[in-house]
Amino acid sequence: MHGSHTTGSPYAPHTAEDRTAMLEAVDAETVEDLFDIPAAVRFDGQFDIDARTERETRRLVRSVLGRNDDCTELLGRGHYGYYIPSLVDHLADRSEFLTSYTQYQPEISQGFLQALFEYQSLLVELTGLEIANCSIYDAATALGEAATLADRVRDTSGHRVLVPELMREERKSTLANYVAGTDLVVEAYPVDDGTVDLAGLDTAVDEDVVMVYAENPTVRGTIEEQLEAIGDLAADVDAFFALGSDPIALSLLERPADVGADVVVGDASVLGLPTSYGMGLGLFATKEDYLRQVPGRLVGVSEDATDRRAFTLTLQTREQHIRRERATSNICTNQAWVALRTAIHAAVLGPSGMVDLAKRAVTRAEALAERVDDIVGVQAPVHDRRHFREFVAHVDQPASAVAADLERLGFAVHVVGDHEIQLCVAGVPDEELDRFVEALEEVAR
Amino acid sequence: MSDDGTNRDTTPAQSRYDQARYVENGEYEPLLSEKDLTRIAIGSEDDGNGDDGKTTDSPLPDDLTRDALELPELSEPELARHYTRLSQMIYGIDSGPYPLGSCTMKYNPKFTEDVAALPSAAVHPDRSEGSIQGTLELLYRLQDYLGRIGGMDAVTLQPPAGAAGEFVGIRVAAAYHEHNGEGHRDDVIVPESAHGTNFASAALGGYDVVSLPSDDEGRVDLEALEAALSENTAALMLTNPNTLGLFERDIAEIADMVHDVGGLLYYDGANLNALLGRARPGDMGFDVMHYNVHKTFATPHGGGGPGAGPVGVVEKLAPFLPAPRVRERAEPSQSGEPVYERFEPEHTIGKVHGFDGNWLVLVKTFAYIARLGDDGLADASASAVLNANYLAEEIDYEIPYGPFHHEFVASAGEQDAADVAKRMLDYGVHPPTTKWPEIVPEALMTEPTEIESKDTLDRLAAAFNAVANEDDDTLEAAPERTTARRIDQTSAARNPRLSWQALADES
Repeated sequence: MHGSHTTGSPYAPHTAEDRTAMLEAVDAETVEDLFDIPAAVRFDGQFDIDARTERETRRLVRSVLGRNDDCTELLGRGHYGYYIPSLVDHLADRSEFLTSYTQYQPEISQGFLQALFEYQSLLVELTGLEIANCSIYDAATALGEAATLADRVRDTSGHRVLVPELMREERKSTLANYVAGTDLVVEAYPVDDGTVDLAGLDTAVDEDVVMVYAENPTVRGTIEEQLEAIGDLAADVDAFFALGSDPIALSLLERPADVGADVVVGDASVLGLPTSYGMGLGLFATKEDYLRQVPGRLVGVSEDATDRRAFTLTLQTREQHIRRERATSNICTNQAWVALRTAIHAAVLGPSGMVDLAKRAVTRAEALAERVDDIVGVQAPVHDRRHFREFVAHVDQPASAVAADLERLGFAVHVVGDHEIQLCVAGVPDEELDRFVEALEEVAR
Repeated sequence: MSDDGTNRDTTPAQSRYDQARYVENGEYEPLLSEKDLTRIAIGSEDDGNGDDGKTTDSPLPDDLTRDALELPELSEPELARHYTRLSQMIYGIDSGPYPLGSCTMKYNPKFTEDVAALPSAAVHPDRSEGSIQGTLELLYRLQDYLGRIGGMDAVTLQPPAGAAGEFVGIRVAAAYHEHNGEGHRDDVIVPESAHGTNFASAALGGYDVVSLPSDDEGRVDLEALEAALSENTAALMLTNPNTLGLFERDIAEIADMVHDVGGLLYYDGANLNALLGRARPGDMGFDVMHYNVHKTFATPHGGGGPGAGPVGVVEKLAPFLPAPRVRERAEPSQSGEPVYERFEPEHTIGKVHGFDGNWLVLVKTFAYIARLGDDGLADASASAVLNANYLAEEIDYEIPYGPFHHEFVASAGEQDAADVAKRMLDYGVHPPTTKWPEIVPEALMTEPTEIESKDTLDRLAAAFNAVANEDDDTLEAAPERTTARRIDQTSAARNPRLSWQALADES
C-alpha cells in the first residue's frame, strides 16, 4: 500500500466501512451533501494535476532540480553556504520539533520553548542587547520591522530613515514596502571606499531622522571601522541606530551594544541553514527599554503549579492575535524551526568554534584576495579595508564575460560592476579555492 | 515517569497518557548554560577574566573586535541528549491528534523533507538564470499549480508566511488604486471574526480598519456590509468558509457589492482545505488571495514556522505583484527543453523578502501537490469535512452554528474553554483553539483535518466528553500528566526574564 496509493489522499486513513459508518452518523448520503456551496460558485472542473506515487514524485522533483548545474559557488552578499554539521539535521528533523505548532499550550511544548529561549540567549550574548525575539522572516523584513519599531518609540515627528547607498537593493525595497503605510521615507547616505562616509552621513543627519542603518560586515565584505562614530551621530539627534550583522560576524567583530546599537537585525541562518536559495532567519535584538514595542514572539520564564521553572510565550498582548490592528507587527508564523537549527549549530561549534569560524572568514578572504591580486588582469581587494568572508575584485576584462567564462569552468561569482566581481569564501573548501584561482588565471587575462 | 511518587490515575483507563519529564535538582531539563559556560577572550588584551576562560588571538586589531564570547561548550553526545530530551517534551502531529481550529495541523509527509534536502536544491539566489533552470522550473510549475487550485491568473511565491501574503495583498491593492488615481481609498473592511493578522496586515499597510459584525447566523451581515462600503473602500478581506466553518452563501453578491464601489475582494486562504476541487476563490469573485501552504499543503509548522504565503491575483492585478516572478520563454533551448526566466512585473510593488521567500518550504509544497494530484486534493477536503462533521456529532458540547465544513466551533458552556483545553492534554490529545472566535461563548474551535481515522476521532470525542463531565476543580488543576504543570502566565509577563543572562542576573 505504501507509496502505491494513487486514488484519494494517501494520508487520509479512512476505510470504505469507516466512511459509510461516519456518513450514517452524520445523516448524509454522500460526503458531497456536507458541502454548503451554492451551485453558482461550485467548481466542476479539474486542476489537471496527475496524482503520483511517492517514488514517482521523488523522481519528478529530482529530475526537475537536476536541471540545476552543479557548480562551486563563491557567492555571498547576504546568503551563505556554510557546512552544516550532521547533528543539526538529525536533531532538528525529529518530528516533535518539525511537526508541532506554535507553543500556545506551553505545558506540552516545553522542549521547543526552551530551545527558543536558548536561541534568544545566544543572540543576547552576541549582540550585548537585552532582548531578542524568536525570529522575523529574514534580514530584509527584520530591517523593515526595525524601522517601524523606531517610528513607534521615538518621540519626535521625524520621518527619515537613512540607509547606506551600498546595500542589497532587495533589502532597501523590502524596507520601502514595510514603511509604505507610515510617514517614513527611506533615503541613502554616501559610502566611501566600501564603508560609511562619516562626513557624508553627518551632513545627512538632522532632527528629522528616525533611524540610521549600517551593516557590519557590509554587502561588499568590508569591515566597518567607524561604528561608534555612526552610533554617536544617530544618538546626537535621538535617532535609532540599527546595525545589520549575523551570528558568525558577531562572534568576532565589535559587540553592537558597545557601539551604541539600539537594534540589531540580520540573517541568523548563516548558522543552521545550508545554501537555500535565499531562505533565511531574521535576527532581531533590541534594548530592554523597547520591550513592549518589540515585534514577534518572545519566550520567557515562569513557574508551573509545582513551582518548577517553566517556559512560555509571553507579552502576547503585543501580538496580532490579541491586539489586532494595534499590534506591534502583523507577524504570526515566523522561522522558529530555523531558529532551532541555528541554536543547535551554534551549540555544536561552541564559543571557540564560533570565534574560529569568524577568524577564518577574515584570514581566508584576505588570503584569497592576495592570491587573485597576483593574477594578471585582476586587482583585489578593490576597497582598502579589512574584509570578512568576501571582497570585491577589479577585472580588466568585462566582469560579465569573466563570470560567464568561470561558470563554464564550474564556478559562480557575483558581478557587481562593469569590471567588478565579488568573491566569497564561506563554505568553500581550500582545494576548491585552489582550483578557482587556476580558473580565474585562465579567464582573466 | 511521574515524579511525584504516586500512581494516581484519574483519567479513564483507555486514555492513559504521560509526557516525558526530566527532573534534575528540582528543575526540569537544565539549560545549556547550566551545563556549561565557557568564556573565550579575544585578542591580546587581558580582560582580567583569564583564569577560568580561554584566550584566542585575532587577525584583526583590538578596536575592530569584541572582548570575549561566553557560551556553552559541550560535546556532541551531550548536545544530542539535550535536544533529544527537549524534543521528547514536545507534542507534535506524530504524537497524536492535533485538532487546532484554523491551523490545519495535517500529517507532514516525510518524503517531502527528503526532496527539500536534495543537494541540487541547495543553490544560491544570485546564480545566473541559465545555471539554475531546475529551481526556476519548480517555481514556475508551483506558480501554475497554485493558480489552477485557486482559480487565479498570476501567482507570486515570495511572501514567507500567510501574514506576509496578506501584506502583499494589501500593498498590491494600494498600488492598484494608486495607479488608477484612487489613492484616496483608505478603508479596509475586515469581519469581526477574522484572523488577527487581517487587521494587523491592513494596519501595517497604513489603512483604517473597519470592523464588520456577523449576522445572527454567523455570516457576513449584508446590511452592515452595505453600510461599511463606500468610495473609500480599498478592500474587503474575507475567509471562506469563515472561522465558524460556514460557507459565505452570499459570496457572489458580496463580490458584486465590493466591486460596485470600486473595492477589491481579498481571500484569506487559511481555510482553503475545506474547498479543494469544489470551489475556487477566483470563481467566487475574489481578486487577490494568499495560500497558507503549511496548512493546505501540509508543509510542517516547525514549532511556529517557517511557512510560505504565496499570493494569487486576477489578471488586472498581475502587473503589481512583487518582483521577480518566473515565466517560460517563448523560445525553447536548442535541445528543445523549455527555458525559464525571472521577470519584473510592469508596476511591481518591489520586494517583500530579501530574496525569493522560503524556498525549502516551496519545494515541499510542490512535492505535496504533485503527490496528491486532483484526486488526492479533492479527497483531502472531502475527508476533512467528513471528519469535522463526524467528530461534531460525537461530542457533547453544543455547536451553535452550521452547517460547517472542515472545522466547527463548539461552546464549552459553563466551563472555561481554556481550562477545558488544559484538561484535554491529560487525555493525550491536543486541544482545540480556544476562546476564539468570540461570537461563540467559551469557544472550542476544532479542526481534525483529513488525516484522522474514525478510531482516532472516537478517541478524540471521548476526551472531549470526559472533560465535559468533569468539575471545575479538576479542570483548574489540569494538566497533571504533561512535562510541566499549569504555567503561570501572569508571572511571566509581570517579571519578564527572556534570556539565561536575565536569569543569572536575578539569582
